[in-house]
Amino acid sequence: MSVSMPSFLNCISDDDFAHYEVDDYQKCVAKWCSGCGDFGALNATKRLLAKEQLQPENTVFVSGIGCSSRFPHYVNSYGFHGIHGRALPIATGVKLTRPELDVFVVMGDGDCCSIGTAHWIHAIRYNMDMTVLLLDNNIYGLTKKQTSPTTPIGFSTNTMPRGSYLPPLNPLTATLGVSNASFVAQTADWIPAHMYATLQAAYEHKGFSFVRILQRCPKFTPDVFTDAVKNPDNNELLVHENGIDAPGLEKLFKNRIIHDPKDLDGGRHYAEVENRVRLGLFYRNGELPCYEDTREVVSVTAAEKIQKINTEFDRYAV
Amino acid sequence: MTSSAPALAKGEAKSELNDSLDTGAKKVFCVPEHTVEIIANSGEGAQKCGQIFGSVSAKMGNGVWTVEIIPAEIEPPPRHVTSTSGNLIRFGTEQITNWGDRTKLAVAFNEQVLLSRHRLDSLDDECIILVEDMWENHDDENIRKEWATAMEEMSSANYRIVKVPIEEESLKIVDNPHHGKNMFALGMLAEVYQRDLDLIKKQIANIFRRKPAKVTELNIALVELGIQWARENLDFQFDVPAKVHEEARVVMNGNQATALGAIAAGMEFCAMYPITPATSVSHELCDIIESYGGMVHQAEDEIAAAGVAIGASYAGKVALTVTSGPGMALKTEFMALAVMTEMPLVLVDVQRGGPSTGLPTKVEQSDLLAALYGQHGDAPRVVMAPATIEDCFQSMITARRIAETFRTLVIVLTDANLATGVQQFPRPQLDERWQEAPLDLSAVPEGTLPYDWDHSTGLSRRIIPGQANGQYTVTGLAHDEFSKVSYEPESNELGCNMRSRKLAVFQSTLKPPTVVGDEEGDLLIVGWGSTRGAIEEAVGRARADKLKVSSCHLTFMSPLEPGLKEIFSRFKRVMTVEINYSDRLGDPYITAENRRLGQMCWLLRAHTLVDIDCWTRVPGQPLRPGDIHNAIVSHLENGAAS
Ligand SMILES: Cc1ncc(C[n+]2csc(CCOP(=O)(O)OP(=O)(O)O)c2C)c(N)n1
Ligand SMILES: [Mg+2]
Repeated sequence: MSVSMPSFLNCISDDDFAHYEVDDYQKCVAKWCSGCGDFGALNATKRLLAKEQLQPENTVFVSGIGCSSRFPHYVNSYGFHGIHGRALPIATGVKLTRPELDVFVVMGDGDCCSIGTAHWIHAIRYNMDMTVLLLDNNIYGLTKKQTSPTTPIGFSTNTMPRGSYLPPLNPLTATLGVSNASFVAQTADWIPAHMYATLQAAYEHKGFSFVRILQRCPKFTPDVFTDAVKNPDNNELLVHENGIDAPGLEKLFKNRIIHDPKDLDGGRHYAEVENRVRLGLFYRNGELPCYEDTREVVSVTAAEKIQKINTEFDRYAV
Repeated sequence: MTSSAPALAKGEAKSELNDSLDTGAKKVFCVPEHTVEIIANSGEGAQKCGQIFGSVSAKMGNGVWTVEIIPAEIEPPPRHVTSTSGNLIRFGTEQITNWGDRTKLAVAFNEQVLLSRHRLDSLDDECIILVEDMWENHDDENIRKEWATAMEEMSSANYRIVKVPIEEESLKIVDNPHHGKNMFALGMLAEVYQRDLDLIKKQIANIFRRKPAKVTELNIALVELGIQWARENLDFQFDVPAKVHEEARVVMNGNQATALGAIAAGMEFCAMYPITPATSVSHELCDIIESYGGMVHQAEDEIAAAGVAIGASYAGKVALTVTSGPGMALKTEFMALAVMTEMPLVLVDVQRGGPSTGLPTKVEQSDLLAALYGQHGDAPRVVMAPATIEDCFQSMITARRIAETFRTLVIVLTDANLATGVQQFPRPQLDERWQEAPLDLSAVPEGTLPYDWDHSTGLSRRIIPGQANGQYTVTGLAHDEFSKVSYEPESNELGCNMRSRKLAVFQSTLKPPTVVGDEEGDLLIVGWGSTRGAIEEAVGRARADKLKVSSCHLTFMSPLEPGLKEIFSRFKRVMTVEINYSDRLGDPYITAENRRLGQMCWLLRAHTLVDIDCWTRVPGQPLRPGDIHNAIVSHLENGAAS
């Protein structure tokens, strides 16, 4: 919190005047390798928090285990650094019981698409209002270069030294294939403007906003995105008046696809990879049911509860 | 309680019954208790009949214990030994604490389900059996053969078999006997045991309250027909006197008590994944919890259920997860996270037979060591076990209090016996304070630490999202008072120390367990969980035989109640009685050294260094007081030398 109140305003609580700068959202210095794409994601996120002026005490970041899952330690908010693959159940418990909190989830590709797959599929369908970042470096970073479900075929790792055997899993088409999927976007850590705009759109969306962030790992997959980084011409940007709009991208991306994010079939089509990276909003539908809304609870006083339990006992009375 | 008083005491009573048969006069046997069962193909309503009988008996003032007899499949083949479905009701003048020994009177809708009970040794040697007679001379030759073979097999016992035209009679009132025989049977039992017809009618009206009134009328007509038939055709009746109870009482099964206990304890959130025999706890909760402002979340699996519950607890709710053994196995990683992050969480494990899918519908006490130690790293938690249906209710209130006071995981071990056993108990007095929210959202003082451990107790203040100045990041990694990841040797020692210290502090609030019987003697039987009633009944019989036996029943397994070593020192021998596996001395290869012991036995030996023995069985059913009694006698005989 950065604004100190003049003493004559003591009667007004700090909170009413609290204003947060980007740096106010930093809890401590992030400890990732230099050149790690996670820094970009953290910076874009902090910018978003400042833009939205989210109150740190009413914001929760939940993660699993992995390099990327260290994320909550670096954000000044409540955080839950959980266990590998299980960020989403924890986040579900938080959002379901405290829907007023802003919930963000950060996962790695192993975390979300391998060990946590069951939760991922079901969380998409629950469509709870949370912003979900998949930091996809195509590798297990923390445990030092094992194949992940998104590792490119043929890519050599410590567990598949002669190259990964199978084509990678596509987190975008997988997500778009699940009933009740409501927001699917892809961005890249090396295009800060696009990443920020994507997170902004994800945050604004009511529902499970799934953002796959192509994330460079300088240690273990330094080259998987090199072509995409060096030759933006080989990338394609999904654009639309209802899509994600980031200033200054016209020059960078010559190849643009006009895609209405309402169009699910189109989104699925463009999410299929054809040897090029596509960034943008594949699908968005703000009309789909959110699980927490269907589970709203009434408020009942203790005295009322006691009365109800006693009525319950009457059913069992001897 | 002298529970074994037979309906027909061996020898003379039977001949007495036969006498009364000969003379045609109705004979009334006054007994302190009786065990009756009604068995049928699954789907023929035997359970409903048994439930009504049990609850009417409870309402009349009898002590009652009801056990469900359930087939493993939803729709097993009819007329088959695997299809048996029904209810066993043991009721008496005094409080009944367990299912007792063997059935004295059975109503069977076919000879195959009866045979299954015979093979299980569930029927008293002189059991009176009222069996459907239509199979004996059935058109289908195979059925006639099956009848004959079954009767032949059962002829080894001294059953008194009475053939009853159940279906033929029921067809006088309904077109489809499958929906009616059970009420006819209920009528017969009502006549044999002189149950209160008004209570039966009320019970039936309540069950069918959502159906057209005609349904209730038909069912009552069937009951009345059963009464009439029994009056005209049976020559005996049993009188099981009831007592008037001053205090208000309720009757329910353990899962219902657990669910109501959770609500009474102010638990607002239950995350679960269906698994027998735990599921019905959530059925009960699903039915009512929303009207209390809470919810049940059915997760995609048990792992998620644990995670969602932890998330809810982190968010400041009173959270519960309910499961059985295989589900608890899946939850272990999250359980350790709850311990590491000191997240209050109550986990109910309704134990069933294992390992693996094991005996899904049957009782066992085999999850004790898993509950205590089944995780990676040192993860101290509280483990407790209710012994009665009433305990199931009360333990939820206790569990919540412990979980929050000590910021810990509390595992409540019930089992399939408690889950489905029905018993009455004094109506609990409720306390509004149980409903209080754990925390409000007021700001915490700046600089408040998330793990501000009091170094002498390990206790610290819980902070939840929404509280200004509190924002910290929970982590399952080793951490310091700031919840900062820390690999420092002292920091890890301190964290382990603090999490463990809490158990010792909690233990200091507990009293030593009571010894039932003399304070010293030749043998102390130690039990835990649902075996209490059977153990105390067995010990009571042994004491009536002048054996110097006492018993002691433990509620807390972690931490153990204090004073055990001292109590054990007053007995020449100590033996646990448990429903889990142990090797038997005398079996091939089994020696005193390699013998694997009962789970509580291991635990107590480790904690007290007393040379404790065990008598354990895994029959997939509750222990019988008679069998425990035999074990006591033979243990004392074998040990007489020492
Ligand atoms: C149950 C369990 N299994 C395995 C691990 C070891 N582990 C930690 S992180 C990780 C994978 C990390 O990869 P990813 O999720 O892609 O995250 P990144 O480090 O690349 O950001 C693994 C296998 C663990 N911590 N827990
Ligand atoms: Mg990764």
